[in-house]
Parts: sequence; structure tokens; C-alpha cells
Amino acid sequence: MTLAATDDPKLTSTLLYLDGVSVSFDGYKALRGLSLTLAPGEMRAIIGPNGAGKTTMMDVITGKTRPDEGDVYFEGRHDLTRLDEAEIAELGVGRKFQKPTVFENHTVSDNLLLAAKAPRGVFATLFGGSGAAQNETIERILTTIRLADLRQTRAGGLSHGQKQWLEIGMLLAQDPKLLLVDEPVAGMTDAETAATAELLREISHDHSVVVVEHDMAFVRELGVKVTVLHEGSVLAEGSLDQVSADERVIEVYLGR
Amino acid sequence: MISTPLVRLATILFLLFCSTMARADAVDDALAKFFDDKFPRTEQGIDALAASGAANAPAILEALGDNRLLIDQADHLIVYQTTGGDLINAKTGEKLAGVEAGALKKVRVNNALRRAIDAAMGSLTLASPDPQKRLAAADAVFKARDATALKALDVQLAHEADPRVAEALRQARAAIIVLDSSTPSADRVAAVATLKARGDQDAQSLIDETAAKTDDPAVKAAALDAMAAIKAHLVWLNVLQNLIYGVSAASVLLLAAIGLAITFGVMGVINMAHGEMVMLGAYTTFIVQSALPPAFSQWSLAVALPLAFLVAAVVGIAIERLVIRFLYGRPLETLLATWGVSLILQQGVRSLFGANNRQVSAPDFMSGSFDWAGLQITTGRLWIVALAIIVFAALQLALRATSFGLRMRAVTQNRRMAAAMGISTSRIDMFAFALGSGVAGVAGVALSQIDNVSPNLGQGYIIDSFMVVVLGGVGNLWGTLLGALVLGVANKLLEPVIGAVLGKILLLVCIILFIQKRPRGLFALKGRAVEA
Amino acid sequence: MSTPALRLDRAGLIFLALTLGAAALAPVFALLVPRDSAFAMPPYVVALIGKYLCYAILAVALDLVWGYCGILSLGHGAFFALGGYAMGMYLMRQIGARGVYANPILPDFMVFLNWKELPVAWWGFHSFAYASLMVMLVPGLLAFAFGWFAFRSRVTGVYLSIITQALTYALKLAFFRNDFGFGGNNGLTDFKDVLGFSVQSDATRAALFSISALALALAYLVSKAIVSSKYGKALIAVRDSESRVRFLGYRVENYKLFVFVVSAVMAGIAGALYVPQVGIINPSEFDPGNSIEAVIWVAVGGRGTLVGAALGAIAVNFAKTYFTGAFPEYWLFGLGGLFVLVTLFLPKGLLGLLNMRRAARPAAAPPSPAAQEEGVQ
Ligand SMILES: Nc1ncnc2c1ncn2[C@@H]1O[C@H](COP(=O)(O)OP(=O)(O)O)[C@@H](O)[C@H]1O
Ligand SMILES: [Mg+2]
Repeated sequence: MTLAATDDPKLTSTLLYLDGVSVSFDGYKALRGLSLTLAPGEMRAIIGPNGAGKTTMMDVITGKTRPDEGDVYFEGRHDLTRLDEAEIAELGVGRKFQKPTVFENHTVSDNLLLAAKAPRGVFATLFGGSGAAQNETIERILTTIRLADLRQTRAGGLSHGQKQWLEIGMLLAQDPKLLLVDEPVAGMTDAETAATAELLREISHDHSVVVVEHDMAFVRELGVKVTVLHEGSVLAEGSLDQVSADERVIEVYLGR
Repeated sequence: MISTPLVRLATILFLLFCSTMARADAVDDALAKFFDDKFPRTEQGIDALAASGAANAPAILEALGDNRLLIDQADHLIVYQTTGGDLINAKTGEKLAGVEAGALKKVRVNNALRRAIDAAMGSLTLASPDPQKRLAAADAVFKARDATALKALDVQLAHEADPRVAEALRQARAAIIVLDSSTPSADRVAAVATLKARGDQDAQSLIDETAAKTDDPAVKAAALDAMAAIKAHLVWLNVLQNLIYGVSAASVLLLAAIGLAITFGVMGVINMAHGEMVMLGAYTTFIVQSALPPAFSQWSLAVALPLAFLVAAVVGIAIERLVIRFLYGRPLETLLATWGVSLILQQGVRSLFGANNRQVSAPDFMSGSFDWAGLQITTGRLWIVALAIIVFAALQLALRATSFGLRMRAVTQNRRMAAAMGISTSRIDMFAFALGSGVAGVAGVALSQIDNVSPNLGQGYIIDSFMVVVLGGVGNLWGTLLGALVLGVANKLLEPVIGAVLGKILLLVCIILFIQKRPRGLFALKGRAVEA
Repeated sequence: MSTPALRLDRAGLIFLALTLGAAALAPVFALLVPRDSAFAMPPYVVALIGKYLCYAILAVALDLVWGYCGILSLGHGAFFALGGYAMGMYLMRQIGARGVYANPILPDFMVFLNWKELPVAWWGFHSFAYASLMVMLVPGLLAFAFGWFAFRSRVTGVYLSIITQALTYALKLAFFRNDFGFGGNNGLTDFKDVLGFSVQSDATRAALFSISALALALAYLVSKAIVSSKYGKALIAVRDSESRVRFLGYRVENYKLFVFVVSAVMAGIAGALYVPQVGIINPSEFDPGNSIEAVIWVAVGGRGTLVGAALGAIAVNFAKTYFTGAFPEYWLFGLGGLFVLVTLFLPKGLLGLLNMRRAARPAAAPPSPAAQEEGVQ
């Protein structure tokens, strides 16, 4: 779609490239010069205190919020600041929201059907049914997210944890190149949390993933590079052990 | 060509001769002309009478104009009848007894003669001791362009003390000489300048005429110049006049919309019965006027204002408590339910008061209109503008300086946060609704002065009011003010150009396009709170 | 709409049977059964119920956008009226030289206004085919133009509702004007015949009735097909959580635009069928009140249930006919009360109530969309 004017290798070798991104709401700076890059195939965990700007960062990437300044490129070519939500999603950026949002009046399988990778045009959905291959994918995902028995249940009737899983399932069905996952294990039991970590690791084999999470045990279980956000910019980056040892991180986030 | 000066000389000599002959009794001579009862002769009589400057000349001329001048050709008697019915001998000024008015013959007049009478009266009253009368006389001369009054003008101008009258006299003089080729060119150019200074429609047409007719190049140039200047001035005047209409329309819009802006801002719901609150205010005015004894009729609006506020506020609270409260978070359903309420209120009023328009009269101090620097201003409208300003200021004060206002603004900006901080949002909703409805009631008092008081009164305002709110954005009364001004003024400026209906449609399209650019209005709140 | 095969629920089947049955039987009862028989359908009843059927089509159209996509249009009365005007223009031109002024080309009101030529907007309306095209094209294009702007700029909720109402109001003002060229205040009336059949004759009336019933069945089937498709599922998703759908890569504005245009065309057809049956179309059809009234039919029947919308239209209008005849003063109280009571106590309408009673699988009845939208963070 939109081609970046530059052929900067630093840019083109990345899947996601944020540089100097700032966002302010009525004068309050939610992001201040945030810079971050993600390599293709990488999984990254993002931690940080409440209000650090993690969700806002996802809003910027997915086109919900326009940054006041800064560059956001996807695959080194697409200027995300100039695309809207649907266009960005079409490029292959999927998102799970902090508060689970599924289509409550649809059944579990219809939720997956709507998310499934398929032509999104009006006439395509009006006249096209779901192909056999697609049905198969949906079945597979239903098993993965352990909702196979509930496929005809209205999504509004699911428990909180089940909704979280359904939303992850929708991400899988969407099959994006980049998954943005906002606090996936909030409100889950320990067992569910472990299973979710397992699932995300599996997904990361053939997808790039950005996970925002507070749960340290969960982040440890993921075992990936960690970025610490604080007051709208990056405070530290590295393995979990590295950042946990960082003085400033302890100061603002982990506590002494 | 050669004959012209000769003829003129002859005429002057003849007139001189006549005047010496008639010096004995100029009035007598003038009156004699009426005996023939022939229009041309009567006209000469009028002119002669005016020129005589006799003390009873105005009375005689007036009587002539009113068909009260009577003649008895046989007795060579000429009398006029006073409005009281007495018969007065025009020559002597004595009252006549024993003569039947019916036995006398009326001197006939036609419209041309009436104009001549008016002009003659003008020049006669130029010398009146009352400056107001002199002013009116000068104006009459100006309009009639009666050349015979020139001498009287000059005489009066020489010792006129009142500058306003003097100016009017100069203008009248200018009107006469500007088209007279016998006047020196320089005087006529000066006359054009005087007319230009006057600058109204009459002056304009006079200058137009001059420019078209005159052969004198200097006068023509001056006239053309003045013509352009006056045209430009009139265009401006026109725009200003429409601006005034626009501000007046905006004040009505503001009154009607500001209550809606409050309820919509605080609760995010559209009260489709808002127009009916306005209607209730208007009916309250009607009831107050019918109930007050005539001695207090001047005070009816002062009584109606607080009462209308109360009535509408109470009905508003009832609607909020009984209906809207249960539909919180469902703005579309609220819209439907309040539409239902509006139907009920309309029908209720129709059942009580009938479907016909009710007459609400204006107190004396609010009726009439006046001229100001060439602009027409209606007194009633002026009061409505004042009321709108007062209501706006009072609301701003209430929102900024009271703790209720503070809490209300908090709820407008972020309902959940406000609730978390211990503000009883439900009570704020109720009071906001009372306030918004009450202000609508006040608007109704104003509207009762300019619109038909009928059960449908409110319906005409709801769409316009909402457009104001859309344009202004919620949560900021300045936005509402600006929205009302933009809509009101744009409407009135467009109206003369493309017509009222097309203007409305065009504005609507503009608003739709505007929302495209700024979906939340001119003064939008930002942030997560309003993103729902 | 080949796949998936259109599956009708029980209510839908009953509804189809009823409408098709009515289409087939009305001519029998109206024309063949002797007038004095208890089963005979007098002409005024044919016209009255025929009118209800047109309202029902309008209700189905409105339910399509409101019930399934959350767009509370307060302008569907305008689409209805535009379709009606297009048909009315055809009927006017059919009058030909039989008008009061016997002008073969110009309708009476134009002769009366001293017009010498047929305005461009009236060209072609002597042809039924052209008029039928306009019946769909005019509302469709207006809906397209309006929707294109409104949905692209993400105008939603009450803002959208009020703007549709303002649009309707502007149209009403325009049509009231004589120089707008559509008969001004009086509108179009005194029709003589349609496709060569007298509009007054019993046979024509019965035929119009049957056609309206068939059109209602067809509108239902098309709407059902739309909402049952994947597109329809996306539409419901838009209603419940618009921005979530965007993040899935759907172009919400196109989804809304399509259904809005389809719905407007349907409303236009309803209006076109309505006009020959009532014999007049005038600017009061554009009254904003009419559009809102149509919304309450849908609400009474049950939004998000196509059958309910149609039944709601028929039920409310039946009540209206009865009340305005029996207690004219009280009808507006009744209608106003209906608005209040239905929104307060019957958010899912009569059919929703029935569905809940039967504790059937929850139908696609909407929760409060506002509360849901907030969740997307
Ligand atoms: N739309 C918005 N309007 C106003 N403030 C916002 C908005 N979005 C985020 N914020 C503010 O920006 C800050 C960062 O928020 P967020 O990104 O949600 O933090 P996190 O997800 O890291 O907890 C918070 O203080 C939040 O209140
Ligand atoms: Mg967050």
C-alpha cells in the first residue's frame, strides 16, 4: 500500500518499527518519544506500571490513535500512521484487547468465522459461504482454545477466561503476521495462565508477537526479550533477568 | 433660443406687475383662484397661498386637502369648515353663523393637487417655531422637491439654529437645485455632496436621476462618484441589517438550544421533548397574561419568566425520574421514549387549550421598532437578544462558580471518574435536566413574543437546536453560543441570496460536511471518556 | 445467495405462509365472493390492509438497518415518500388529457402555475419501466450519497439519527414549495390509471394488494438472506461492537453503506406500492413524525426480528385506524405512551417476549450497544 520514502536497512529489516512516537491527550503525554523495533518472527514481552502507555502504544500501531509525532512502519514499507484500523488489520496486524471483546450475540464458532482469514469485502461476505478449508481451521482452533464443546454457545454466556481464550482464538483465525496481545492472562487461574503461555509460545513459532502483561511469572514462562515501558518511553530492554536487575526498573516498577 | 431670455424677462415683468397689483391683498387674490374650482386654477391658488405666507394659510390648505374648503360662487364667499364643524370665513377668519354647510359647494381636489398641498404645507411650516415640525417640513420638501419652497428654505436656513434642522434644510435645498440647470454648476456639485452625505434610498434615486439627466460634466462626474459611494454604502447597510437579523435569530436559537446542550452534554441523551418544554414556557406566559389583572399587564413577562422556568423544570424532573433514568446508557431508546413524551405533552396541551394559536401580547416597552443609523431594529427582538445574553451569562456563572456546576462539569467530562469520586451522578442528572428544561421554559417566554403559541410550537425548534449543539460540540457553552451565531447569521445572510428553504438545505449539507471533518463539533471534549 | 442455504425459522415460515396466502386469497374474497356474503372483503378493507402491507415493508427495511446494524434512521419515511413520489409522477402523467385542464403533457398543477414545459425531472415518467427504476434509484442514490459521507466520517448514534431527521425535514420543506416542481402543498393526486387499469376499480385494488403482499414476502426473504449470510453476521457484529469489527479488517463504512442503500430502496418500493392504493402523495409524507412512527412499529414488533417488525407495523397501524376513528383525541396519548412503554418495558418487542417465553435459543436481540463499545480498549 503505502511505500516508505526511505530504504533505510534499519527500517526494512524490521517487522515493526516505532521511532520517536509521542501521543498526548489534552496536554497529558501518554507516549513520549517511544522507540521500539521488532524483528520478523520475534516474540516480545512488554511490561510497565499502569498508565505507562502500553495500551496506547497498541492503539497507535493499530490505527486507533494517531501519534502527534514519530514514525510507525510495518514491514519497513507501510506507514501505519496514515492507514486506518481496517487497512492495518488487512496488512496482517491482529490485536487482542485488554478487556476481552468478543461478539456477545454471536456463537463461539461465528466469532471465529468472522475473524477467520478470508476476503473482507461486502460482496465476498454476502455471497461467499465458508469453505471447507476454513471450517477445518475453525475446528482446529476450537480444539486449541478448548471451546469445541461450546461452539454453538452464545459468546456472551462464556466465562471471563473463556472469553480471553476465544479472543486469542479469533487472533489465530485471523492469522496475522503480527499479534498484539494486551494482558491475556488477567483474571485467569494459574493453570489457565500456564496454558496460555504455552499457547503463545506455540503461536510464536510462525508469528511475531507482542505481549503486554503484568504477571511476572507469566512473562518468565514466555522466556523472551522484555521491554520495560515507563511514562511513555522505554526504560530498559533485555532478558527478564537483565531488566529485573536494573536499578531504575526496580525503582519504578518492581519495587524494592 | 433667442426668445428664451426674452420670455423669461417678460414673465418676470408680468409677475412683478401682478404682485404690485395684488399687494393689497395677496390672500384675497389667491383665494379667488379657488372659485373656479378648476384643477389648474386651484393649483395656482395653492402656490399663491403658500407664497403669501399668511397666518391662516396652513388651515385653509389643510381644509382644502380634506375636502373641507367650501365656496358659494353666488355670494362670492369662501369658507372652510373646521374639524369641529364650524364654518370660518377664509378671507376674514370670522366664524360664520346661519350658513348651512350643505348649501355650499366643495372645492374638488385630485392627487396631483394633494401633492401640491403637501409641498405647500411643507414650505409654510418651515418657519414653525417647533423644530420637530420644521424637520418634518424640510423632509416633506425634500421628498416633493418643490421648487417654490426654495425661497422659504433659504430664508429659514439663514437663521436656523438647530443643526439637525439646518442639515435637513440643506438637503431639501440640494434636492431642489441638483436637477435645476439654472443653478451654477458648483452649487449643484455641492448639492450632490449633500445628498451623498444623506445616503439613503431617496438620495440615491435622486443622484441616479441627476447622473442620467444632467449635461453638466462636473455635476455628472460628481453624481456618478456619489452613486458608486452610496451603492457601496447601501450594500454595507444591507449586510449589516442582515447581520442584525442573524444575531436576532441566533439569540432565539441560543435560547432554545442551550438547555439541550446542557442535558446532552451531561447525559449524552437527546431529549426530543425539549421543544415541548419551550412550548410549555410559552403557554405559561399565556396563562400569566390571562390571569393577571389588566393593571399589571406590563409586568406579565416578568412574572412569566420565573414561572415558566419552574413549570418546565418540574416537568423536566418528572420526565427524568419517570423515564430517562431507566434508559441510561441507551441513547437511541431515550430518543424514542422522549419523542413519545413530546407527543403526550403536545396532545395534553391541545386537549387543555385547544389546537388554535393563543394570543400573547407584548408589553408596550417591547413593541415597536426604531431606526438606528439607517438600520431597522425591532424592540422586541432587542429584548430577546438581551435575554439570551443574560441567560447565557447566568448559566456560565452557575457552571463555573457554584459547586453544583463544578460537579456537573465533572460528570460531563468523565462520568465514571466523577462517580468514583463520590459525586451522585444520578442527582446531577436530575438537576441538569431540571436546569436544561427550565431554560427551555424561559426560551418559551421569549418565543411567545415572536412565534405562534400553539401546541406545535416546540417542534419547529428541536431540529435547529440539535444542529446548534452538533455544531458547537458538547460540554462547552461557548461552543453552543458560537454554533447558534454561525447558524443564525449564516441563515439570514443566505436567505436573501438563495431563499429560506434552499438556505436551510444548504446549511444542513454544510453541517453534514462539517461533521465529516469534526465529528464532535467545534469545541469538542477529547479523551477516552467520550470515545464510547 | 447460494451458500449457505437460506434456513427459515418457524416464525419465518408461518409469516411467509401468511403473506403468500393473503396474496393468493385476497382477490378471491374481494372479487369472487358475492358482496353480501360474510366472507366478502369490501374494497375499503382491501385498500386499508394493502396500506398496512406497505408499512410492513417499510418496517422490514427499517429493521434491517436498525435491528441488525444499529443505525437508527429517522429518515426512512423520506425514502418511502421519494419512492411514492416517483410512482405518483408516473400516475400523474398517465392522466394525460383527462385532467381538468386537458393538457396532454403537463399535469394540472403545472398548467395552473402557468408552466409551459415539462421540467426535466419529469421526463421519462410516462414510462412505467423508467418510473419503476426511479422508485429504486432515487432513494438508493440519496441513501448512498448521505451514507457515504456519514459513515466515512463515523457519525454514529444520536448524531446520525438527528441528521437523518434533519435531512427528512429539509426534503419536506423543499417538496412543500411550488417551484420545486412536484405539486407543492397539494402533492400529486387525482390518479386515473396504472398500466392501463383504473386505480379505482376493485380488480386493480385487489391486484395491488396481492402485489404488496408478494413484495412483503420478497422483502422478508431478501432481508433474511442478507442477515443470515456472513455479511449479516458482520453487520450484527458492527451493531454490537463497531470498532472491534474494524480491528478485524472489515471496512465498516462499506458494510453500513450497503445495508443502508438496500434498505432505502426497499422503503422506496414500499412507498411506490402505497401511493396507488391511497391515491395521493403529498409533502406531509416527509414529516419527521412519520419516520419516527415507523421506528416504533419495529420496536413494538421486536427489533432484530424481521417478522416482528412487519407484524409490529400492521398491529400499530391497525390500532391507529381503530383509535383515530373511535377516540381521535386519545390516539396521540396512546402513541406517545407506546413509545415510552415499549422502550422501558419491552426492549425486545412482542416477538422478543415470545421468544423469551419459549426460552428458545437467544435470538439476535441487541443489548445496549453503547455499553459494549466502551469495552474496546
Ligand atoms: N483516549 C485517552 N484519553 C485520555 N487519556 C488517555 C487516553 N488513552 C490513554 N490515556 C491516558 O494515557 C495513559 C496511558 O494509558 P495506557 O496506555 O492505557 O496505559 P497502560 O496500558 O500502560 O496501563 C494513562 O494515564 C491514560 O489515562
Ligand atoms: Mg493497558
